[in-house]
Amino acid sequence: MELIFSRYRNLTVLLFILFSQLLLLAYQVRSNMQLRTLRVWAVTGVAPFARLLENGRSSVYSFFNDYFILLDVREENRRFKAETNRLKLENNFLKTELATADRARALIEFKGRSPSKTLAARIIATSTSAKTVVLVDRGMSDGVYKGMAVITGDGIIGKVIDSFPSASQVQLISDSLFGAGVVSQKNHVYGTLKGQGHNRCQVDRVQNEDKVEVGEMFFTTGEDRIFPKGLPVGRVVSVQTGPIFKSIEVVPTGLANGLEEILIVLEGVHQNIPMPTSTADQITILQPPPVTSGQDARSVPVGTPSNGILSTDADRLAERYLKKEQQSGVKFGTYGSQTPNFSTLPPLSTNPQQQQQQQVKPSLPPVRKPEPTPAPVPPPQ
Amino acid sequence: METTEQILSGGRSKSRLMRPGNIQPFLATLILPLLAVLYQIYVPNFYEQLGYLELPLLIMLYYSLSWRSQIAALFFGAAVGLMQDALSHYYVGLFGITKTLVGYFAASVSLRFDVENSAIRFILTFFFFTFHQFFYWVLVRALLGLGMAFEPAQMFIQAGLNSLVAMPLFIVLDKLNNRWR
Repeated sequence: MELIFSRYRNLTVLLFILFSQLLLLAYQVRSNMQLRTLRVWAVTGVAPFARLLENGRSSVYSFFNDYFILLDVREENRRFKAETNRLKLENNFLKTELATADRARALIEFKGRSPSKTLAARIIATSTSAKTVVLVDRGMSDGVYKGMAVITGDGIIGKVIDSFPSASQVQLISDSLFGAGVVSQKNHVYGTLKGQGHNRCQVDRVQNEDKVEVGEMFFTTGEDRIFPKGLPVGRVVSVQTGPIFKSIEVVPTGLANGLEEILIVLEGVHQNIPMPTSTADQITILQPPPVTSGQDARSVPVGTPSNGILSTDADRLAERYLKKEQQSGVKFGTYGSQTPNFSTLPPLSTNPQQQQQQQVKPSLPPVRKPEPTPAPVPPPQ
Repeated sequence: METTEQILSGGRSKSRLMRPGNIQPFLATLILPLLAVLYQIYVPNFYEQLGYLELPLLIMLYYSLSWRSQIAALFFGAAVGLMQDALSHYYVGLFGITKTLVGYFAASVSLRFDVENSAIRFILTFFFFTFHQFFYWVLVRALLGLGMAFEPAQMFIQAGLNSLVAMPLFIVLDKLNNRWR
């Protein structure tokens, strides 16, 4: 036995190392637990270097920009960017509140509630296995924990999947393992957002019968307990019918302007899904067409009541009797009443609507008779 | 009685591993993989195209080929792989297993061929990069059942680019090693 080990020592060591790592993998998969200690060591060891590199890079970059080219404009720009992000979020919140049907109630609610509490963070590194997982410079010491939502002013961009003392791992919306509950803006169709490894995401589990249109926005539902309800997710760029479910692709709005400054939601506040504001979505009913010159009042049946509801011949006859009664001052059909003279029944009045229509008949420009063309003047001899 | 160096080198006395008293090569084997991993997690933030450069693999491959010791190479591969795993979001061990195998096979090849030749280095880098990517994909698909895209054309292009980068990198590392030896 000892001879075999000494003869195949290299192979034995290889098999031992491979087997150990396989056991390690099996343990993690079976217990669904990550080797946290190892990760904490690795991230804690690497994060300072990454932060140092990032600080060095940004210092050199800003030095040239701030002092040689744009002086303080860059700093101002950064401040404005942060301010814009904050205002966008606030604007979204206010829009949603104002869209609530009961404005007074919305205002009372607005006073009682505050928008989500967020924490600004910067991306300092990416994952070694995928570019859709990034490392940010905020960790447990800043109050960031696993499961927190990560957003920008334009929409959601991911969630915290692991938190370390000085940094956190954020899974971006484009990661193939990412998922979130979403709802469409117009028809409130519910689905599951899934990353695809590139810039477009897919909305899954939407029945073929549900109506989703290209250009429509999707918002978070809040049911996944990660993202507060009402945050913008993305705009639909393609909808295709599948065997059971639709295949819907959306472009995330949060990733549209790059990822430098991000916000981690420490305390989320649910909002309502804003109503669509597009004028194309509003229902419009046209006015009745004006009576053209080829039509006259006879196009509407004679005896149509003034309320415009079409009636039967019997109704129209009864109306004539009633008018005759009013004129003669007797009640037909009662005891001792005279037989009405049917030859003198009053004619039925035309519908007032018709009269109105005739009044609004479009006034065509008067037809001008062609003037006789003057005879050509003969050229002077 | 075998020395530690002889055990690590698989019994061969003419090993090119670190000699006692020469600390610089030892430090280089610690720092270079760290820098490579740091590069891998930091640089793609700004230049996404450079993310396809698998520097940890190239560094590991260089040492595996130059040491000509299967055991040292497989331990080195496992260490670099586990470091990468710790900074990834998948389970720990995927890069570890892959790089352990790459290290072992690279050291095995270096025992039979003259790996100082640039053309052979290019071919070996191309082959081991392809093997690394393919085996990693197999592990992710088969062991974890995760949907990971496999694009052979893209993989071969990346293998070519990595091999091209490996040529000057290996020359620089050769010069460093010769200076410290």
